[in-house]
Amino acid sequence: MTVVEPVRRRGRRDGQLSAGKGTYALLGAVVLISLFPLYWTFVAASRTNSDIDRVPPSLIPGGNLFANLGKAFHETEMRLALINSFLVASTITISVVLTSTLAGFAFAKLRFRGRNLLLAGLVATMMVPTQLGIIPLYIMMSQWLHWNDHIQALIVPAAASAFGVFFIRQYLVTALPTELLEAARVDGCSTLRIYWNIVLPVARPAAAVLGMLTFMTAWNDFYWPRVVLTPQNPTVQVALSTLAGGYLVDYSVLLAGALIATLPMLVVFVVMGRQILDGIMQGAIKA
Amino acid sequence: MLTDTRPARQRTIPRYQRVPRWHRMDMKVSPYLYIAPFFVLFGVFGLFPLLYTGYVSLLGWRTDTAGSEHTFVGLANYGKLLHDQFFWNALKNTLAIGVISTGPQLLLALGLAHLLNYKLRGRTLFRMSVLVPNVTSVAAVTVIFVQLFGRDYGLINYVLGLFGVKHLDWQAGTWSSWIAISVIVTWRWTGYNALIYLAGMQAIPFELYESAALDGASRWRQFRSITIPMLRPTILFTVIVSTIGALQLFGEPLLFNQSQTPETGGSQHQFQVMAVYTYEMFLGNGKFGYGAAISWAMFLVIVVIVAINLTLARRLRGVEE
Repeated sequence: MTVVEPVRRRGRRDGQLSAGKGTYALLGAVVLISLFPLYWTFVAASRTNSDIDRVPPSLIPGGNLFANLGKAFHETEMRLALINSFLVASTITISVVLTSTLAGFAFAKLRFRGRNLLLAGLVATMMVPTQLGIIPLYIMMSQWLHWNDHIQALIVPAAASAFGVFFIRQYLVTALPTELLEAARVDGCSTLRIYWNIVLPVARPAAAVLGMLTFMTAWNDFYWPRVVLTPQNPTVQVALSTLAGGYLVDYSVLLAGALIATLPMLVVFVVMGRQILDGIMQGAIKA
Repeated sequence: MLTDTRPARQRTIPRYQRVPRWHRMDMKVSPYLYIAPFFVLFGVFGLFPLLYTGYVSLLGWRTDTAGSEHTFVGLANYGKLLHDQFFWNALKNTLAIGVISTGPQLLLALGLAHLLNYKLRGRTLFRMSVLVPNVTSVAAVTVIFVQLFGRDYGLINYVLGLFGVKHLDWQAGTWSSWIAISVIVTWRWTGYNALIYLAGMQAIPFELYESAALDGASRWRQFRSITIPMLRPTILFTVIVSTIGALQLFGEPLLFNQSQTPETGGSQHQFQVMAVYTYEMFLGNGKFGYGAAISWAMFLVIVVIVAINLTLARRLRGVEE
């Protein structure tokens, strides 16, 4: 047993303390808790309802996955729901990225009367909870536009985002050199060409993060779709809630539904998680 | 240029500085064209509903009474609200779940961020793993946890049973349902908030810790006297964002109720929160006017709670300095 512990046992490099065994153990536990419910979903979705009810519960996947997925598709409009969710989320994403880069560019680099006032108003509305307007929105959709149970009722209200404009504006203020714009102007570039050939390429990293966050939010959205859609023309989340509201819930089928609702986002996350992670952490510093 | 008093013709303007008329028009009009798509969409579907809610809340509008959309009732809806026991119940449930879900969540996030701030092997993998719960949907997560919280065969009761705890009917009790819903919220948001704290921690200059260590400050002391004060703006940000989120909770309490009428929030309304009550009133019962009044009351509650948070934060700062 050494009497004197080396002072630099947890060596300091690059201004960070190295983690000890305890840190790894605790983090391991956190990771386990974070991932276990999803693993359990997969296990339950691949077994039968009576398997799930066994004590002690079995933690190894069974062979019933496709049968349960099939039932989930059969008992709800899940195929239509998947198509709807993809259509809704991608249309919203394209629209939000376009409107946000256009307006974000104008707010960041163009001079016009009322700019600061409009920007302040925009930031102020970001603080107002969206639920405040849900009843008028429902009145508009059901009584004026008759868009109830149509997916444009989800797309159009979400097609522009104050957060998106602000996010892109903050990025472009520093990332887009004003000299570059002036040079382009001197060469006779129209503002539209500047937007297309200079602003969009420069804004790409921020636009990508905004796009992914928007897609996920739209895919996962529940309150408004539940209000304005019916089980006959649902999104995935609405179809899942229909599955959960049955008289006799078959958990293996229900959790197969949860798997369908989650898996696309998990795939996106595995592929592009790094950017999402960076986006959240960079956004945090700016906020 | 301002001091140039020569007649215009004598000024020598380099060719490239001569701006054609279409270009000047472009400079003037383009900004408005670029913000227009956003403001048109946002104005019609974002701003207008916000303002219109206020108007609707003054009407006796209910779908089962023809012509009621024109009945002006003044503040009657708000008066009714004050005597509506279900509204107060929903407010109580919302605040309780808000506290139980936000408090422990942010403390856990702070601890987790501290762990993630060590020099780690597999750093990105750890960070991504704790973010996974946040990318799953509310509906899916709630459905999964309802199964885990199941009375007879749920895994959580099974594990608690190993420690001699009797099987709980989580939905039936007031506290048990509040705790279960808070667990769902906490599971979904802790990692996200931890990453926000982590970003804040990494912006703290390391020299502060070094000089504190030289002065003989313990790890805990360093955490309390350097990390926490330096993180204060970040903490304030997360407190406010989480509070606003918690007060608008909808999917978790709705789907936690396994019934044909989930909007009741349990047999005794024991976990019916404000958003779910609003939903029951305007969609279930078709009471647009009354629902709008609840929406405004809810907004007021959010503003008050956020203001209290800000005041507390300011006072805490005053105490420490």
